[in-house]
Amino acid sequence: MSLGLPHTFLGLDWSIFAQPAFDRSGTYFQFLLVGLQWTLIISVLGWAVAFVIGSIAGIMRTLPGRILPSIAAVYVEVFRNVPLLVQLFLWYFVMPELIPGIGMWFKQGLNPLLQQMVAAVLCLGFFTGARVAEQVRSGLGSLPRAQRAAGLALGLNLMQVYLLILLPVAYRIIIPTLTSEFLNIIKNSAVASTIGLVELSRQSQQLGEFTAHWYESFIAVTVLYAAINVAVMLAARYLERAARLPGLVGGHK
Amino acid sequence: MISIQDVSKWYGEFQVLRDCTTRVDKGEVVVVCGPSGSGKSTLIKCVNGLEPFQKGEIRIENVSVGDRRTNLPRLRARVGMVFQHFELFPHLTVMQNLTIAQRRVLKRNVRGATDKGLALLEAVGLKAHAQKYPAQLSGGQQQRVAIARALAMDPIAMLFDEPTSALDPEMIKEVLDVMVRLAQDGMTMMVVTHEMGFARRVAHRVIFMDQGRIVEDRPKDDFFKDPGTERAQQFLSKILAH
Repeated sequence: MSLGLPHTFLGLDWSIFAQPAFDRSGTYFQFLLVGLQWTLIISVLGWAVAFVIGSIAGIMRTLPGRILPSIAAVYVEVFRNVPLLVQLFLWYFVMPELIPGIGMWFKQGLNPLLQQMVAAVLCLGFFTGARVAEQVRSGLGSLPRAQRAAGLALGLNLMQVYLLILLPVAYRIIIPTLTSEFLNIIKNSAVASTIGLVELSRQSQQLGEFTAHWYESFIAVTVLYAAINVAVMLAARYLERAARLPGLVGGHK
Repeated sequence: MISIQDVSKWYGEFQVLRDCTTRVDKGEVVVVCGPSGSGKSTLIKCVNGLEPFQKGEIRIENVSVGDRRTNLPRLRARVGMVFQHFELFPHLTVMQNLTIAQRRVLKRNVRGATDKGLALLEAVGLKAHAQKYPAQLSGGQQQRVAIARALAMDPIAMLFDEPTSALDPEMIKEVLDVMVRLAQDGMTMMVVTHEMGFARRVAHRVIFMDQGRIVEDRPKDDFFKDPGTERAQQFLSKILAH
């Protein structure tokens, strides 16, 4: 298969991507695409977990009372202060031992790839969720306090005030920082290679090991990561523009 | 209609309200004034339960605001409130600002809520702006929308918390005009304001607060002719001087 590239470019041999992979699954190009696919899967699922958990924790931190804000604060501090790699090992090796029922199912009912995926998604989700929580909290905190009062004064309950009034504005404000978090989760997903998940960085490493074409391998993987992130940035910019409010910050009269 | 009985409130050690007692009858317009920090805004926020208070009782049509069993959202839906900084919802159009609580709280249908909204916008002279966003309007226009939003709930009483103090002088008039008309239509109103011209025109009673205490609570004419306390005299001479 020809990628339309000359075999040698920058003095490197790019033809290795057209060669069959060591595991006979296809060419090395396809081999990298498999990694790309897993990177996208765990990043997107991890983001979904992070967004939901982060939103809940961020909202909890702004609620009246002591208990709910404290629980959320503990979650945030624990998950953003323990290194991601350590968290991954805890999810993958320790958690299944600690919770008997689900742990057993995790170890015996799931094939290894699914085990790696579940651990990676939960790890990335909870880690990033702690950071999303802080952003949601600061987004809510940046709104005038009387907005909440105005909603309540109309007879809306607290849940309606959050869902209909505070969150739609807060999320708009934090789109740029949430975008950074999404870009981070894609890059952070590379830690999953340490538990053997065949995501993009792991594939490039294997490619290097089996072909000894390290430069080509790492250049290719760099381009692929950058391409994903450029796509995410463009999408985020579009979202930001679509959500812009006339007359408000960043908006137009 | 609104009765406030011996209400006291503390922020930690600091007492913001001291044994406040007064009442607002149906159709009555009561202006609350006083120096900043006197507790007047806090008092009005206690009336619809936006601020908790530790002692005393506030009743609206015989429903106790401080009672844990009171359904506060339902109570608040019947009492309109207008804020100093308008507090329109920036992500909703003017019309959506007027219909959101009608639909979610009163369960009115889109048609009914929109018709009501349009009629009120017309009454405050802003029908043409229904599809704009709040940030596209001037301050005076936003405050008139905020008044219309509160009126859309068919409130039994209206609370105003310094409704003109964030406005340019020339916008103050357009807001006060709406409020005067409302008062003349017989709306029960409790108004925290420094606009003594407004008080003179439409208030029935004036309450003067200082350091968390209601120091004067008298019919308008008495208050302006001869404030009973020196503190109120000082205050009046200062704000009427210019």
